[in-house]
This record gives sequence, structure tokens and C-alpha cells, in this order.
Amino acid sequence: MAINITSWIAVGLLLATSTVILINRDWRMSLGALALQYVAAFWLVTRHLPFVMGSAKLITGWMVVAALGMTRLGMSSAEGREEESLLPRGQWFRVALTCVVALVSAGATPRIEAVIPGLGLPVIAGSLLLIGAGLAHLGMTSDTLNAILGLLTLLTGFEILYAAIESSILVTGLLAVTNLGLGIAGSYLLLAGTLPVEMEDEA
Amino acid sequence: MSAPFIWILIPFVVGFSTLFFLHKRFSPLIGGVVSTILALVALIFPIDTALLLGSVSIKISSSVEFFGRSFALNTADGPLIAIIYGLAALWFFGTEASGSANRFVSLGLMIVALLTASIAVQPFLFAALLLDMAAMLVIPLLVPLYQKPGRGVVRFLIYQTLAMPFILFSGWMLAGVEASPGDIGATLQAGTILGLGFAFLLGVFPLYNWIPMLMEEALPYATGFLLWALPTFTVIFALGFLDRYTWLRTSPQLSNAIQFAGVLMVASGGLFASQQKHIGRIMGYAAITETGLLVLAIGLKSTEIVNTTFLLLIPRGLELAVWALALSIIKRKAYSLRFSEVQGMARSYPVAVAALILANLSMTGFPLLAGFPPRLALWQELAGQSLVTSFWVFIGLLGLLIAAIRTLAVFVMAEENKAWEWNESWVQTTMLGLGMIGLFILGMFPQVLQPFIVNLPALFEHLGL
Repeated sequence: MAINITSWIAVGLLLATSTVILINRDWRMSLGALALQYVAAFWLVTRHLPFVMGSAKLITGWMVVAALGMTRLGMSSAEGREEESLLPRGQWFRVALTCVVALVSAGATPRIEAVIPGLGLPVIAGSLLLIGAGLAHLGMTSDTLNAILGLLTLLTGFEILYAAIESSILVTGLLAVTNLGLGIAGSYLLLAGTLPVEMEDEA
Repeated sequence: MSAPFIWILIPFVVGFSTLFFLHKRFSPLIGGVVSTILALVALIFPIDTALLLGSVSIKISSSVEFFGRSFALNTADGPLIAIIYGLAALWFFGTEASGSANRFVSLGLMIVALLTASIAVQPFLFAALLLDMAAMLVIPLLVPLYQKPGRGVVRFLIYQTLAMPFILFSGWMLAGVEASPGDIGATLQAGTILGLGFAFLLGVFPLYNWIPMLMEEALPYATGFLLWALPTFTVIFALGFLDRYTWLRTSPQLSNAIQFAGVLMVASGGLFASQQKHIGRIMGYAAITETGLLVLAIGLKSTEIVNTTFLLLIPRGLELAVWALALSIIKRKAYSLRFSEVQGMARSYPVAVAALILANLSMTGFPLLAGFPPRLALWQELAGQSLVTSFWVFIGLLGLLIAAIRTLAVFVMAEENKAWEWNESWVQTTMLGLGMIGLFILGMFPQVLQPFIVNLPALFEHLGL
């Protein structure tokens, strides 16, 4: 019972963090929310995977956050501001979008539980929330950091669900490397174009 | 020694070492030589078979265990590995001539190693993860550190990453479908998710918009390498799916859907190519058309799927390498590659222009060039199944021909009194010359590919039957 309550708290935390990532324009807040998101995801992943494998996911996630944070910290605020879009970008629009994602997740969760029994409602709900929020984020941005945040959110959602059906160490390891690769690729893309040409030669 | 150690670990370690420890002058030579040696070893030494050399017995074992799963390359994989590393050697030797950065060879070797691992990993489903990792390694090749990334690179990363969850999840669903084949709903869901995964990976219409964007904003040689490497292994991965799951192989609806996607890619790629005023974007659309032909070959309702697919795959590597090399040479002179910038360049870069046009014509399926025999084989199969499909393939290839003629017209539109010059270096001339000769050899004597292709159907035991 207590575990179930904690799992639902984790789902609530996922909803809160994904909303912050979607709404917030400050990269510090977004990365902080992503770090918290990995904690909640860790809890849901360990419903089906051993603690050690869940920890590997958590640590990898935090490493990604650290890599992106360190990169962004070294850039000026003007360099990071490059968002341009024709789509509505107001905060209330994003809140409404999060509500839609939450409603769709709430509607789909029992149906998926009926099709694939044994996953657990909180695991499915948390996973769908993150996948939906990640997709919404990717659909609304052309900015590199936000695109990477969207992809990481989506992948975390997928990993929660996939952990329930595949417990291979190799897959866990490869998914961790994929997350890390995404973080490093994101850092590289953030840095590209901000360094003088001489530094490229030195590297 | 095991096959995964030789063809996965060694190139990965060599690539990693050249990235950090070797001067950039030597990297094309090292990468080219290592790839050639690996290709020759794959040709000469059969995997999992003992060979007696004098008093020494040599046997390359087929598999290795890694975190509870195995990586296995079997005897049938030998010719495929030889083709892959042979074509990779071609790309690496061309690096010097293209003037690409130091990282190309090192990262390229690591990418090819990862992609080879995607063929070897068991269960084969996990290849989706390795393909995604390879896609991430491509990023530094596409965007030099001094250049701001464009939208094409970000889109490429998003699409390739989105493909992985779809394919992994569909693999799990397919196992369920296999257990209860009568469940139409589950079958449809699994098929749709799988289709979406491959649509993202291969860039099926309209998910290929990143390709022309990349051709405009990134280095042509690196983008060409990407357009060769990733679709090649994705197609092999897709053939693995068809071979593994009976219902995928036997479903007429799926076959029709695959053919529809292929036709859409060929026709739209060709038509868009004919409208472009940027020679890089034309190459991008030509690559899309070529991938469409591969998709069409996969969707054939015939026992010739494997032969036709590989017949298309091998010349594709050569065509893209020659085209990308020629573009890189031209781009060093004309930065934007727009028609207005490259006008009249046939007189100052005759070899590069000739190579570019020949590669374009080869992709069109022009007689005597490398692309002609595989297109003929595909057309023969398609004509027996649907004349409408054949017609749209013709329209797509006609679009590519129009693009080639327009490009040629722009290149020769020089001032009347402009003298002919030879601005390519001897390395560039040699590489382009060899490439052009290769295009003619594969076009006039396609039987030279027979030793490589003849045993490839053994890779997919159910598809050729």
C-alpha cells in the first residue's frame, strides 16, 4: 500500500517536473526539474528492475543533467536565446497542453493495463505522461537545449515502460549510453558555433 | 579470436585511438588501410571454419558473450562484412581528397563498428539502440565546432532517437502477435508501431525533410557518408525483421504499405530534385529516391528480395561517395552550392563536375553506369506486380534525370572566352577518376558483384524461399 502511494507521488512529481520543463524558459529551472524527474523515474523503474539497475539509470540521468548544465553555464545568456517559432508559445497555452497530455494519459492508462496486465497503473501513467510531455515539447521548439530536454523526457518515459517488459542488463546499459550520448551530443551542439575557430584546431 | 572482436572491437578501438593520439595527416591512410584489411580478412577467412596455414590452424569463432547477450557474426556474414568495410575504405581514402576534418576517419570507423555490431547483436531487436548510438556519433561529423548547428541536424537527431523506442516496443509486441496470430487488433498495432519506427529511421515521406536541410547546412562529404551508412544498415535490420516474423513476410497488406511508402519516396524525391537550384539539395533528394528504391525492393512479393536489395546497396555506396567527394571539392570554391554560385565551373573543375554528373546519372539508372543493372532488376520485378508502381518509379527517376541535365547545363554555362583549367589536386583527380571507372565497371560488368552477392541470401534463411 505504502509503495503504491509512493508510486503515485512519483507520478505527481513527474507531472510537476514535466510541466516545469514545458513551461519554464529558465534553463536552470528546467535542468533542476529534469534532475528531479530522474528521481521519480528511478522509483517507478525499480518497481520492475533491481535497485542497482535503476540506480544506473538515475546516475546516468544526473550525469546528463550535469553535462548540459556545465555547458550552458559556460555560455552567455544571449547565446542560449535562439528560439523562434510561429506556433503559440504563451505559458497558458503550454499549461493547457500539459492538461491535455495528463488527460490523455489518465484515459489511456487503464486501457493499457487491461491489454498488458501486471505493469501497474502508476508505471503506465508516469510513462505516458513523460512520453506525451516529451512529444509536446519537441513539437513546440526548435531550440537545441529544449529539443534535447524533450528527447530526454520522452526517452525516460519509454524507459519506465520498457523496464517493465525487458530486464536485460545489455539493454539497460545501452539505454544508459544512449541517454549519455544524447546529453553529450546536446552539449556539443550547444557549444558549436560559440567557440572561436582557433579552439577547434586546438581540440 | 572471435569475429565480433575483429570486426567490431578492433575498428572501434582504432577509431578511438586515431581521434586522440594520431596526427590528422595519417588518419585517412590508417582508416583506409584498416578497413581494407578488415574487408580482405572477411573475404579470405570464413568465420567459424578451421583453416590450415602450413602447420598453424586458424579459426575465427563466431560469437562472444556480453552482459548476458551475444554478438554473433556467422559464415554467411563474411561477404556482407567485406562489402561494408570495402565501401568504408573507399570513403576513408577519399577523406584526404575531400578536405574533411580529422575526425571523419576516427568517428567514421567507430560508426561502422557500431553499425556492424547492430548486425551481430542477439536478439537482433537491440540493433535499434546501436543504430541510435551511431546516429549520435555522426553529429560531430556534421557540425564542426566553429559552425552553428542548423535545424536539419537537430531534426536528424530527433527523428533517429524517436525511431528507437518505436522499434524496441514493436519488437516486444511482435512476440505477442506471434503467440496469437489471430488477434487482428494487436497485429495492426504492432505493424503500425514498427512501420513508424522504420519510417523515422529511413526518412520515409514526409519524415525526410532533414536530408535536404543537412545537405545545405553541413559538410557534403560527412552528410554523404551518413546517407550511405545509416540507411544501409537500417535496410539490413528491416530484412532481419521480415526474415524473423512469418506474418510480416506473408502479409499482403504490409507488402503493399511498404511498396506505397517506397513509391512515395521515389516519386517525391525525383520530382523535388528536378525543382532544386542547389546541387547539394539535389544530392539529398537523389539519396531519398535511392532509399525509396530500397524500400520498394524490401516490399517485393518475390523470392528475389535479398538479391535485388543488395544489388541496389553496393552501387549506392560508390555513387554517394563519388557525388559527395565531387561536391566537397566544388564547395571549397563555391561556398553555397547554389546554381548561381557554381555556374560555369565545368571549365575550372572539369573532373569534379564530370564525376558529379556521372554519379547523378548513375542514380537515375542511366545505361552503362552502376545504377542501371539494379534498377533494371527491380523494374523487372515491379512490372510483374504493378504497372502503376513501375510508372511512378519511372516518374521519380525522370525527375532525377531532369535534375542531372539542369545541373550539367548550369556547370557548362561559362563565359565564351573562359579558358579550361585543372584545379583539382592529383589526389582528388585520382580518387574521382577511380570512382568514375568504378561506376562504369559496375554498370558494364555487373557480374563482378556476383561473388559478393551469391551467398548473401543465406543471411536471411526464410526470405529467399
